[in-house]
Amino acid sequence: MANYSTNEFRSGLKVMLDGDPCSILENEFVKPGKGQAFSRVKLRNLKTSRVLDKTFKSGESLEGADVMDQDMQYLYTDGDFWYFMEPDTFEQHQATESAVTDALPWLSEQDVCMVTLYNGSPLSVMPPNHVEIEIIETDPGLRGDTAQGGSKPAKLVTGAVVKVPLFLDQGDVIKVDTRTGEYQGRVK
Amino acid sequence: MMDKWQPGASLDTLRRRAAMLSCVREFFEQRSVLEVDVPVMGKATVTDLNVDSIVTSVVGELGYLQTSPEYFMKRLLASGSGDIYFMGKAFREGEIGIKHNPEFTMLEWYRCGWDDHQLMAEVAELIRLLLRGEKDISIDVNKLSYSDCFFDHLGFDPHGADLRALQLLAAKLASDSWIDETRANCLDLIFSSQVEPYLAGGITIIYDYPECQAALAQISSNRAGQNVSRRFEAFVNGVEIANGYLELIDAGEQAVRLERDSKARERLKKPAVDIDQKFLAALNSGVPACAGVAIGLDRLLMGALGVDSIDQVLAFSWLRC
Repeated sequence: MANYSTNEFRSGLKVMLDGDPCSILENEFVKPGKGQAFSRVKLRNLKTSRVLDKTFKSGESLEGADVMDQDMQYLYTDGDFWYFMEPDTFEQHQATESAVTDALPWLSEQDVCMVTLYNGSPLSVMPPNHVEIEIIETDPGLRGDTAQGGSKPAKLVTGAVVKVPLFLDQGDVIKVDTRTGEYQGRVK
Repeated sequence: MMDKWQPGASLDTLRRRAAMLSCVREFFEQRSVLEVDVPVMGKATVTDLNVDSIVTSVVGELGYLQTSPEYFMKRLLASGSGDIYFMGKAFREGEIGIKHNPEFTMLEWYRCGWDDHQLMAEVAELIRLLLRGEKDISIDVNKLSYSDCFFDHLGFDPHGADLRALQLLAAKLASDSWIDETRANCLDLIFSSQVEPYLAGGITIIYDYPECQAALAQISSNRAGQNVSRRFEAFVNGVEIANGYLELIDAGEQAVRLERDSKARERLKKPAVDIDQKFLAALNSGVPACAGVAIGLDRLLMGALGVDSIDQVLAFSWLRC
């Protein structure tokens, strides 16, 4: 992989740091009037999701990380691995449980997810921003109680639990924002 | 940024900038300090290790956009100009960031017969005036020594500290590559991450910088008997705004420092820069005892308006040029 110098650090650039792939979030140019310039960098370790603060001397460089984001369709799981397919080439990739952990509560077959590949293997999986999922378990719906507001927990077929309005029932399909875990509306 | 033809500063900001410039001129006129309009392009430039000049050419001859008007102003001082100020553009290669633009507006002035502490008082007065504008607000001024503010935040004395200890701390705060850095660079790193962010609001003036960061300031000993440089900096809301010196006027010592910088540039494979012989000749003929300071007016305007980005106070920052 190419090396990137501090002046090429941009938000979104993927680099290697201490053996782990990281994504640059911010790069601030710092220069004391008479002193040496440096770069104050915020990076996210893509394996652990931890955010790190590092300061590099201007002109220092980091090796680029072989990390690529790609849209893929989720196919199925055999309990050990989760299988995703590239829509253009039909190439399949198997993701480990640690790569899908964050996406799991929202994951339905056929959904198109953003899969981050590191050295060709899935490192993490992001579910679509909005998903439509069926309610599998909730208290019985209170019809005619739509105006009062109020909410109750509902368990979805994928395993997530979200707060929904009181009138919803088991079997209803709802739209959820996966970034916030919030109910967005009912799908008729 | 391709389609951004509009200015970064609002019309109100441009009006405030104009008011700031005229306030500066009035301030110095009242004090009988002469405005001088020295070249922003010269045939020589600074050898500072960490200040790079933008190179240009004029009919095949090498030219440099000046990183500060200092050398020209000292040649005027040596010619008997008395107190002078310059307000205009200065240029620095590679300095682009949220608080940096490669071309910026600098106000620099010299007071003959003054020491650094007298000048600090005038700096605080002018900054306060410019921050206030037409509003009647109170602005705190704090003045403290480099070693005091360092000690307050880190619990040890920077001048006496062992180089190895500074390198270990810098590596811990930044990244492993700092482990063999110079004393000056380690101190800058530690200061900028552990002290600067915690400076009080308003104006803070810090004086008696470490000896290794003297630049063009005289060296003398502080109350604890340690060598320090007679250099000071002013901060507004924690952002570096001004840098001043009790000026080094000893031509011999100056020549040694320029030579040392030039060698250090060579060692780090930075572009070679010839020493400005006209500047040295002026020092040889005699620059009067004086104190001098430079203020970054764009950053001061940022402080006055409470904005974070230099792009918001310039008509067209480099990103929009």
